[in-house]
Amino acid sequence: MVSTVIQPVVEARKVVKNFGETAVLRGLELALPPGEVTVLLGPNGAGKSTLLRILAMLTQADSGSVSIHGVDLAQKGPTARGLTGSVLHSPMLYADMTVRENLIFFAGLYRLRDIDDLIASNAVRVGIESNLDDRVRTLSHGFQKRVALARALMHEPRLLLLDEPESGLDSHSVSRLDNVIDEYRHADRTVVMTTHIVEHGLEIADRAVVLSGGVVGLESSSPAGDSTSILAAYSEPHEQRSPQGSAL
Amino acid sequence: MIDSLAVIWSIGRKDLLLELRNKDVVVAVAGFALLIMVIFTFSLNLSQDSARLIGPGVLWSAVAFAGVTGLNRAFSLEVEGNTLEALMLAPISRDLIFLGKALGNFLFITVALAVVLPVFAVLFNLVIFRWEMLAISLLTTVGFSAVGTLFAAMSVRVRAREVMLPLLFLPVVTPLIMAAVESTSHMVNGRSWSDMSEWLQLAVAFDVVFLVVSAFVFQHILED
Repeated sequence: MVSTVIQPVVEARKVVKNFGETAVLRGLELALPPGEVTVLLGPNGAGKSTLLRILAMLTQADSGSVSIHGVDLAQKGPTARGLTGSVLHSPMLYADMTVRENLIFFAGLYRLRDIDDLIASNAVRVGIESNLDDRVRTLSHGFQKRVALARALMHEPRLLLLDEPESGLDSHSVSRLDNVIDEYRHADRTVVMTTHIVEHGLEIADRAVVLSGGVVGLESSSPAGDSTSILAAYSEPHEQRSPQGSAL
Repeated sequence: MIDSLAVIWSIGRKDLLLELRNKDVVVAVAGFALLIMVIFTFSLNLSQDSARLIGPGVLWSAVAFAGVTGLNRAFSLEVEGNTLEALMLAPISRDLIFLGKALGNFLFITVALAVVLPVFAVLFNLVIFRWEMLAISLLTTVGFSAVGTLFAAMSVRVRAREVMLPLLFLPVVTPLIMAAVESTSHMVNGRSWSDMSEWLQLAVAFDVVFLVVSAFVFQHILED
């Protein structure tokens, strides 16, 4: 009998992250398979954004190991960063540059070719084609988030990290975002996102991970079906749980 | 190698583009330096000899103090818009971010010097438009940019950053200021390249050491 071992896209082992005296992640263990949309849930301070920031390599774990597509983040940061695209809380754009100038600049950092075509196609993808020559400062927060999404998509990352991507977006923009996420799922790429709109998260996700007290409190590969227990775990008071007791 | 240079140039060019639109840094550096020089000119009764004696010191002290203002501003712009994190997300090593930011600062200080030096020449009545001055200016600006970029990154998240940067920056660049002042002094007194070679060598050594060390240390500063 031949068994196929699927390498996880994201593999976190015993990840610990403290901010001063505050322990945010306490030995977190997580393995996410490819081609899925995973939604990270949890109350404020559960460690969702910190985990995303570690995956985006904006901060390092104090101990433990994290790899993306088998690439250890501590060993090969630039390689791993090339595999990920991130949209975090802030759009992180140069306000006094136009949308096009921002995208050209970041495309240069990612060493992309045919930049004009890439910008045009991704602008259509996120609905900013008529704003390319506007200065970022003049755009609403929602449009700035769309630009940030276009930037994250330009290099076609294999892992897309989204930190509360729907915040500040109108329903039309959320629908566009859902289309991009769906497109990613069908292209066998992976999306990891956090959200506080739990119902929407469970609707679009293939997998839900509830963080509680800095560890995985509950994990479900059938989020729509397990919505009751997920909502119950999400609402639980903040407490530390052992990683061993995390599986549903 | 070419890719790395392209990334460094890309970051430096971006800073220059933003500066052309805002004119925050160059105006601050040039304005502050000019102000210091004008105050010294009016407060001292300058003869040709005393101008040769104190002019170089006034020039480079003014540029160093004014440079602090500009360096602070150049980095705080990246933090205010969280764009430093956007740079950190890119698949490039952190030292390229440092070199790109240092290139941007180098360009700002160079533009500011292009404004300051002619005014200095007029105020102190000294002939400074010589190849020696170009070499001294370039070496000093490289060192200021390297050290300034590192310390601006270190102090940018500190609450009292306006105080912290000069406290870190000025003591470290003192050997470079000395080299610049002594070289300029030799030049305005009509000495040859060989007379100033020791000071120029000191400036070259300073630049090499601080470019390498700063690029290395910068990676660790960015992490948390």
